[in-house]
Amino acid sequence: MGLLSNKNKEVLVGPLSKNNPVIVQMLGICSALAVTSKLEPSIVMGLSVTAVVAFANVIISLIRNTIPNRIRIIVQLVVVAALVTIISEVLKAFAYDVNKQLSVFVGLIITNCILMGRLEAFALGNGPWESFLDGIGNGLGYGIILVIVGFFRELLGSGTLLGFQVIPEAVYDFGYVNNGLMILPPMALIVVAVIIWVHRSKNRELQEN
Amino acid sequence: MEELLSTFVRSIFVENMIFAYYLGMCSYLAVSKNVKTALGLGLAVTFILVCTLPINYMLENYVLKEGALSWLGAEYASVDLSFLSLIIFIAVIASFVQLVEMVVEKFAPALYASLGIFLPLIAVNCAILGGSLFMQQKAFANAGVATVYGLGSGIGWLLAIIGMAAIREKLAYSDIPKPLKGLGITFIITGLMGIGFMCFSGLKI
Repeated sequence: MGLLSNKNKEVLVGPLSKNNPVIVQMLGICSALAVTSKLEPSIVMGLSVTAVVAFANVIISLIRNTIPNRIRIIVQLVVVAALVTIISEVLKAFAYDVNKQLSVFVGLIITNCILMGRLEAFALGNGPWESFLDGIGNGLGYGIILVIVGFFRELLGSGTLLGFQVIPEAVYDFGYVNNGLMILPPMALIVVAVIIWVHRSKNRELQEN
Repeated sequence: MEELLSTFVRSIFVENMIFAYYLGMCSYLAVSKNVKTALGLGLAVTFILVCTLPINYMLENYVLKEGALSWLGAEYASVDLSFLSLIIFIAVIASFVQLVEMVVEKFAPALYASLGIFLPLIAVNCAILGGSLFMQQKAFANAGVATVYGLGSGIGWLLAIIGMAAIREKLAYSDIPKPLKGLGITFIITGLMGIGFMCFSGLKI
């Protein structure tokens, strides 16, 4: 079996669209909504979660045959908590402003359901390399949704992207006004709902009855 | 007394776990299909929040915070263990959930049967860990305020999930565009409920 056989490619690419953790598997929604009012924290959050999922998957997959079944949840939580502590200290050291904006949501990566979901569903039954790919795939699938939501909320809500003004002043002179509602928390839900709407009209087999 | 009351009201309405911070969304979306199970899960979450917040508050203030260990002696006064707080909090929560599960299984088998599957899930409910992290950030004056904050957050979460479950039961009869059915419309309704809850945001006591 090669490092990137067809099955492994499916494991890596599947979560980006058909099997997306946020809009199809319904995992990790809490943080997907809370940090997306600007584009920059969305990107940082997506990358942090990708790193944590990938490495947690590898570690759990390596020790999966030695964990007693009854205490596996606590073992998983401890592994994840250790990784998140590392990420949170790194962010504090190198990206202090973003860390402030993300506030408690860095710590909340521990209880991000993507982690527990992938650990339970994938890493406990597969080898380290497949688990690593699965973690990267799911982390990126989560990151894509965050970036899309963050892009629209920052563009429509503040007229900026990554802090730079993109909507020209001339437009404002004609009476264009930033939509302040986009920055408020409830709009994140509605943007995600629109993403789900578009995604499901393209993939009919995902529609619910 | 005044502080207790204002923390309580604020945590239910103004800083509602679901509508203001989106904590505990995963189980909120997955379990809000009917009112009865939603009520069970909501009560369990409230209970765990009320129990774990004071414990974590004590740990934060007597073990983890910078200078918190000074009761051991002067040489420990400069120890700062706050980088351990995530691991300690989640360990307290996970072991508490396990403990509650065992106690309920032994003494109230009927309740255990109806809650059974949800109990272990609570350990990874972000609302619980979120409660502890917000408690750490807000630096409450004493353990009483922290407990009341836990109670209020739990009740706020309970209200939100029951409201959602009641609306979803009625939604079964509505004509929704096919791609929006299920998850999509649930998101939109939560958003609208959130906008509704925002009218509390100026509330002061």
